[in-house]
Amino acid sequence: MTASDLYKEEILDHYKNPRNFGEMTNPTVSYQEDNPLCGDRLFLQLIIDGGKVTDVRFKGEGCAISTASASLMTEYIKGKTLPELEKLRGEDVLEILGIANLSPARLKCALLPLEGLRHALTKYQSLTGNN
Amino acid sequence: MATHWFTLIAPRLPRNPAHRGVHTLAEEATKMYEDARAKVARFINARSSAEIVFVRNTTEALNLVVWSWGKANLKPGDEIILSEMEHHSNIVPWQLLAREVGASIKYLPFDENGKIQISDLKSQISARTKAVSLVHVSNSLGTVNPIKEMARVVHEAGALFIVDGAQSVPHSKVDVQSLGADFLAFSGHKMLAPMGIGVLYGRAELLEAMPPFLGGGDMIKTVSLSGATWNDVPYKFEAGTPNVAGAVGLAAAIDYLEGVGLSNVRAHEVKLTTYALACLQPLAGITLYGPLDPEERGGVLAFNLRGAHPHDLASVLDSEGIAVRSGHHCTMPVHARLGIAASVRASFYLYNMEDEVDRLIEGLSKAKKILQV
Repeated sequence: MTASDLYKEEILDHYKNPRNFGEMTNPTVSYQEDNPLCGDRLFLQLIIDGGKVTDVRFKGEGCAISTASASLMTEYIKGKTLPELEKLRGEDVLEILGIANLSPARLKCALLPLEGLRHALTKYQSLTGNN
Repeated sequence: MATHWFTLIAPRLPRNPAHRGVHTLAEEATKMYEDARAKVARFINARSSAEIVFVRNTTEALNLVVWSWGKANLKPGDEIILSEMEHHSNIVPWQLLAREVGASIKYLPFDENGKIQISDLKSQISARTKAVSLVHVSNSLGTVNPIKEMARVVHEAGALFIVDGAQSVPHSKVDVQSLGADFLAFSGHKMLAPMGIGVLYGRAELLEAMPPFLGGGDMIKTVSLSGATWNDVPYKFEAGTPNVAGAVGLAAAIDYLEGVGLSNVRAHEVKLTTYALACLQPLAGITLYGPLDPEERGGVLAFNLRGAHPHDLASVLDSEGIAVRSGHHCTMPVHARLGIAASVRASFYLYNMEDEVDRLIEGLSKAKKILQV
């Protein structure tokens, strides 16, 4: 994958105008995911109601890949049920991003939001005792 | 040189171990290992080979000082002085120790030119200060610290001076005696030697008084079920099978660097840095960190391009064949002080050429187009 293929219009658009960006005052669960490789951090908030994600926000400093991934992933998960989200895999996120053949280091950037989501859901389950 | 090392030397060395067997092969390995130690001692002008401890890298060397000297000598209420431009390996071990023994840490700030003021060291140091540990050349700002002058201040206060030489020893002539360092730590992999070999220089009387760091084979004289007695320095600090191949590789690297001449290495880097600074400074959107005078810095250039995350910039540059590091370069406090999460860092050594700087500049304009910044 060349640099121009990687940084295509859609990725740059979601990087510069991230969707669901910001912070909520009433989240059901919040989680901060750090990438020790670059110091990037992603703060993810979810509202979970009736077993579904009804709203989501994220903020933090990240590269184009991790920010676009968070933006696209948050769009995707809105309205999804918890069992649906538990099935979400790295390949699914890459498909949503429309990029392939990332180097291992950049793969971490792309999958940082998914890691954050998984940790947020685990935290939610331990909070509600809903394992 | 690398080819020579890998094909001729490395295969002959896994003959465990140095200092143990009396057979010819073991004795040959011991001799090569000790010759390498003598070469390192001469290279940094140590008083004797006994002052050279082989370790894995700078990090291990600093941990050795912290956990052996520091743990034996620091008491509750004692102070350690570091700086805000230290690599994590010269911060985290001290933090762990300070917590354990009840000591505290003071950090010397750096100014807008990336420099530490001697006056700050003078005002922070006191009778409570037991150790000052500073980087010689910053791995992110490039700053060359006035170590000689600092050593005088530290010693007048009666404290110990530890110097992180990871970026100075490979790039310029470092003489531990004229520098005034009590300990000096550096890594082989930053000076053309293999990864996994590093050096702790320590003044012999300090090393002799220090307790062991790691216990095991080679570091003992006698062992009984009720206790053990320690080997002489430096062996007291070299438990387990040594990295003979690494040490021999380091000796080969020293031969090579001395063949070129350390002053020539430094002159080449100053020339490249001068050129790179001149090319980068006029570029729109570029912020450079550290001193702008090439004579006051090493050959590392950390920068940011407005609107581009360092990882994205590094990815685009990589696709153009330019390897730069992106991230916090193991100096998160430097980045926190600069108010940034990360930066891109280009670093030069004796093998880099001006046309590679040109390619970096071309890569940056390409990155601007691709990333639309």
